[in-house]
Amino acid sequence: MSKLFPKCPKCNTSHFISFLKHAHYVCSKCGYLLRLDAAIRVKMICDKRSFTQFDENIRSLDPLEFPKYRDKLDKSIKETKLNEAVLTGTCRIKGFPSTIGVMDPRFIMGSMGSVVGEKITRLLEYSLGNFLPSVIIILSGGARMQEGILSLMQMAKTSAAVKRLNDNHLPLFTVLTDPTTGGVTASYAMLGNVIIAEPNALIGFAGPRVIEQTIGQRLPQGFQRAEFLLEHGMLDMVVQRKQLRSVLGTLLKIHSQRPYSYH
Amino acid sequence: MSHTEIKKIKAIDIVRLARHTKRPTTLDYIGFIIKDFIELHGDRRFSDDKAIVGGIGFLENIAVTVIGHQKGRNVKENIRRNFGMANPEGYRKALRLMEEAERFSRPIINFIDTPGAYPGIGAEERGQAEAIAYNLYKMSTLRTPIISIVTGEGGSGGALAISIADRIYMLSNTIYSVISPEGCASILWKDAGKADAAAESLKLTAKDLFYFKIIDGIIEEPGNGAHEDHESTAKQIKSTLISTLNELLLIEPSTLIDQRYQKYRGMGIFSE
Repeated sequence: MSKLFPKCPKCNTSHFISFLKHAHYVCSKCGYLLRLDAAIRVKMICDKRSFTQFDENIRSLDPLEFPKYRDKLDKSIKETKLNEAVLTGTCRIKGFPSTIGVMDPRFIMGSMGSVVGEKITRLLEYSLGNFLPSVIIILSGGARMQEGILSLMQMAKTSAAVKRLNDNHLPLFTVLTDPTTGGVTASYAMLGNVIIAEPNALIGFAGPRVIEQTIGQRLPQGFQRAEFLLEHGMLDMVVQRKQLRSVLGTLLKIHSQRPYSYH
Repeated sequence: MSHTEIKKIKAIDIVRLARHTKRPTTLDYIGFIIKDFIELHGDRRFSDDKAIVGGIGFLENIAVTVIGHQKGRNVKENIRRNFGMANPEGYRKALRLMEEAERFSRPIINFIDTPGAYPGIGAEERGQAEAIAYNLYKMSTLRTPIISIVTGEGGSGGALAISIADRIYMLSNTIYSVISPEGCASILWKDAGKADAAAESLKLTAKDLFYFKIIDGIIEEPGNGAHEDHESTAKQIKSTLISTLNELLLIEPSTLIDQRYQKYRGMGIFSE
């Protein structure tokens, strides 16, 4: 893909990179929201130079000695210059301090193995220790198959960490982007105190292909898209990308006040 | 040493045993183990999911809440039970019963045996992911002892959703996995027929899970497997439950949930 003139993966239109950036990486021709690298997302949401990363050196091992997993990890690290599929740290959004986690589509489709589970848990525990709200921008194909049962258990680990946070009156805001499926949806993604989604994002537990094969019929139009989930009461709102930073800022502002503070 | 002793048992053979249609089901175990059992129904929101059963009764002289996936033994039963694959209301029923258990200070026993959470249109519409996530969230701090036993297939999120516990055991011929061997093979090699290789790679047997410190112990099945002798399998489970409960009942609730948090907190293998 040309770096100066990237193409929209949906309609194939080439866009001059500066225009695309200005449009928050939304295709001006067909309205498709391009998937964002974690670093770009951080720039888009956090106040300038406010992001401080933590745990950047945790790396995945290959505990199951799963076929080709080591190669896949090495390739992802080389291509993304990240050590894993989630970037975590502290930041300010519209002046309000928060912890933030951002998942990256290029790293084995943002799948959750031991490291993603650990980094998310540490982020939530840091929020707890420092009385901070948490924001997680989600993009994930689900639990990482190559780490087997260890990946599955990250769902339990992260969900327990959200519970501790909430028990101490601290909020989690989740932003579900395309795609949010499987074990990540069925853990911290759906546990946000406020759940936001980007327009048309695919959000679900089972993948559409698996459902089609199981029930033997075609799926209805718009099934498992953000607007469909909103209609079924599973989300609080669908927010345009250019408004996301300002909506998050307002949420942090409202939650920073405790008018009835007897807790 | 005979040949059969030297021959390594293949993971796919354990998968087949775990899915054996003649294995005892949750209601079978309840029949053997629980006295005065009363089954309770419904999630009070949508329906009564027959893929998960639950109720109250006595384990010896201890009042307990028992919950488990329920498979059928023939096609007709399996259609009624949806092959043990729950919809969101199944997980919500389970949570309702667990909250009742906490309210009345009863320990909770969970039997795990499901291919997975049901992948259907209605399941997604009614929030399958939310139902699972919310169980993981709530179970992490229930102030009463929880013991889970994998009695057949521990299928991914659908198994995890009712298995958060202070102690987890697996019967010796059972599996617990992030994905089915068939699902894994079709993603990896675009060929569900290579399930035997996938089963091996996924490290999903009771021995593997004990090695990775995910479970606390393995309950040995009699002879060639639980399907051959339901009663003595149930007896083994019962004695494990009683000795574990006697230990857990002595721990005060805040310590119990703190230890539960640390148990899951420690799961994961990485370097830094």
